[in-house]
Amino acid sequence: MSPSLQHIVSAKGLTKSFGTFTAVDHISFRLMKGECLGFLGPNGAGKTSTIRMMYGFSPMTGGTLEVFGLNMATDWRAIRYGIGVCQQENNPDPDLSVLQNLEVFATYFDIPRKAARSKALDLLQFMALDHRKHDPISSLSGGMLRRLILARSLINDPDLLILDEPTTGLDPQSRHQLWERMDALRSRGISIFLTTHYMDEAARLCDRLIIMDHGKILVQGRPDRLIREYAGKDVVEVFNAPGELMELVRTHPLMHDVVGNRLIIYGQERENIFELIGQKFCLERCIQRMATLEDVFLRLTGRELRE
Amino acid sequence: MKIMQVPISWRFLRVWRRNLTVYRRIWHINFLPPILEPLFYLLAFGVGLSALIGPVKYMDQQISYLAFIAPALLGVNAMYNAFFENTYASFVRMYYQKTFDAMMATPLSLHEVITGEIFWGATKSFIATALMLAVVSAFGLVQYPHGFLILFLAFLGGLAFGSLGMFFTGILPSIDMFNLPIFLFITPMFLFSGTFFPLENLPLWAQQAAMAFPLTHLVHLSRSLCLGILSWDLLWSVAYLVLFTMVFFPLALYAMCRRLIH
Repeated sequence: MSPSLQHIVSAKGLTKSFGTFTAVDHISFRLMKGECLGFLGPNGAGKTSTIRMMYGFSPMTGGTLEVFGLNMATDWRAIRYGIGVCQQENNPDPDLSVLQNLEVFATYFDIPRKAARSKALDLLQFMALDHRKHDPISSLSGGMLRRLILARSLINDPDLLILDEPTTGLDPQSRHQLWERMDALRSRGISIFLTTHYMDEAARLCDRLIIMDHGKILVQGRPDRLIREYAGKDVVEVFNAPGELMELVRTHPLMHDVVGNRLIIYGQERENIFELIGQKFCLERCIQRMATLEDVFLRLTGRELRE
Repeated sequence: MKIMQVPISWRFLRVWRRNLTVYRRIWHINFLPPILEPLFYLLAFGVGLSALIGPVKYMDQQISYLAFIAPALLGVNAMYNAFFENTYASFVRMYYQKTFDAMMATPLSLHEVITGEIFWGATKSFIATALMLAVVSAFGLVQYPHGFLILFLAFLGGLAFGSLGMFFTGILPSIDMFNLPIFLFITPMFLFSGTFFPLENLPLWAQQAAMAFPLTHLVHLSRSLCLGILSWDLLWSVAYLVLFTMVFFPLALYAMCRRLIH
């Protein structure tokens, strides 16, 4: 296989503008075969705009986008045969039953009726929905609905699965069930591109992450490396930190943030000074914990609300 | 950069097929209005009004009022079915159900989705007209074999009014706003297209204005066929409906692309 075919997605200088507003600003990234790539970013960062270009829904304003080595601008139809999309909003066909939702969707991919039926039944079983196959859509719970949409996005045996916030609004049981299904899919070699607001989801599912904000890529890399680099290993959060401690972190210097009355200190490795802080200053209102992706995210994108 | 370069193919039939599948789920309910409605009208106008009105002069013939309005009901039925399908029903699929969004993640283009919707609207006109024609024929109000041509007419009229409806779906911001084109276009057409009284009863300027209504032509064709009158000048009315479709079909595609593709 030639190297270019190893890239399932290759975006160069991808740009999307709405009038004077630039939603996606000249971003470049690649998605390798079999990889799960996650896009993180606050609301309005440009994640969904990127995704919509990736399945040829939105025309690109600039740059080039290749999927399966094909040019999205000209070969969008061929590309769409090979991708499955789970849009942010659940949009099952409420006029059809659960099974019909999959069967009718299969016709959009030219799948013959018989093959569509057996594929649909397989997928309903895979998503633990086979007992609801003749039920109306309105009778499904949120988790079932999401599983149905995921099942639908797999009807054409896609090589690339595009998931826009796949588990938003689900209860923990449903989330874990979906994650397991995605693990199973990945073991079959499917490539996944996903956006999420859940850092634990990103850390658990993704091989590589891209954090973006204001239409630009801030950082990209493996989740553990991003944590190591931008939030260290251990974190101490001290409430109402005394002046002495403030002085210490400034003069030492230690990686830290001040958020309201909270002082957050990020320790690289088990440095002596860090242990000292733990013993001397971490008395009552204080938390000692591991650094997480959430620390990285908030440090890079800031803590202001995006509305 | 254009994303839809060769945007329309036979694939629009997939969308048409989806709507047919939904229609068939409750076909027995969908069949009721086109069967019952003409019965109500024929009862009200035939038994109630006819006695007051007496025969009507149409193309140098004296015909009963019932024979006068029955073909008009067929035309109005074709108009309503396509127009309401491609306004309210299409709007619900587009805006509330996000059905088109889902379709656009598949190899279908938006042009194919919209074309499928408009052809479905025309198909609904066709089905409803076929049912209504059967009822009206039972009263002996349709001359055959000319009457069969009304089915094709219903499809053509459906394309014309479906395109018009889809155009409004593309430009109106909310579903409540459909009252506007209904009030401004559909209701005046319903009343002043030679439906309930001959156009000649109107002042000349109004007669001329009515010639711009596609329903005027649809009703004229339907009435001629029901009465078994075939003449070459009917082709002018067919041509007008074709022209109307050829204007509003691309306009509908354009409006929907503007609305949905960002």
